[in-house]
Amino acid sequence: MTFVGTIVTAIGTVFLFLGGLGVFRFPDVYNRLQAGTKCTTLGAFLTIIGVGLMEPSWFVKCLLIACFILLTNPISSHALGRAARKSGVPLWEGSVLDKTAEFEGYQKAGE
Amino acid sequence: MVGTAYSVRDRLKGFLYMLGISFLVWLALTRSLEAQEVLVGAAICLVFSLLLNTHYIRLGLPPLTVKRAAFFAVYLVVLLWEIMKANLDVAYRVVHPRMPIKPGVVVIKTALTSDIAKMILANSITLTPGTFTLDVIGDRLLIHWINVKAESVEEATDLIGERFEKYLRVIFQ
Repeated sequence: MTFVGTIVTAIGTVFLFLGGLGVFRFPDVYNRLQAGTKCTTLGAFLTIIGVGLMEPSWFVKCLLIACFILLTNPISSHALGRAARKSGVPLWEGSVLDKTAEFEGYQKAGE
Repeated sequence: MVGTAYSVRDRLKGFLYMLGISFLVWLALTRSLEAQEVLVGAAICLVFSLLLNTHYIRLGLPPLTVKRAAFFAVYLVVLLWEIMKANLDVAYRVVHPRMPIKPGVVVIKTALTSDIAKMILANSITLTPGTFTLDVIGDRLLIHWINVKAESVEEATDLIGERFEKYLRVIFQ
């Protein structure tokens, strides 16, 4: 069981590393958020579950922590992305599509 | 909170659900059945459920049925599977020397009406790597997509939202 836990934790760490690398390589705020908050989802998940497997008496607690990550992770990345949009951070010039104007149209129509 | 009165029946239901859930979480966290720990936990859960049961009602969760619970379990499995698939996809884009990203912002449409259902949909989209929700207005969601595959609202909805929405529609409607 310790062996399995170690493997799972190691895979999680690889994902965390890739997330960090993504933050470093990607060109703009939005893409960096993708890498920074997403690879970490699976990374943190596997790391925590791996710890739970290594120490079976902690497993339930680790599952709970994973649930809390599942609940709170999207809220933080959504808040950062929304704040970046509202404060007018431009998209990377290599972006292929921007439907923000169309979306703002719905907002006006809704008011 | 804002002058809305809830019926005693609703408040009692909210109270019981909250008490049950918070007590289960307490038991899972402490993992002991000693009288002291259980008593303290029960007291704290009681106080919080008494104070906060209107918040549970305001979530607007539909009544619990076997069918809804079953679909929610399936939905969780689908969500985890999608997270895993998309994580590998984003990881591949990170390590690829030429960084094959094609980012863009698309709009998708949802048929869900209740706030909690839309919140779960938006959060699922955010949790799935490669897409994340920038904003929600009415039935439209503004999505940042790391690899744009479709431009029109309908196609994007099919590719991004539909895989989660078909389960959420059964659960919440």
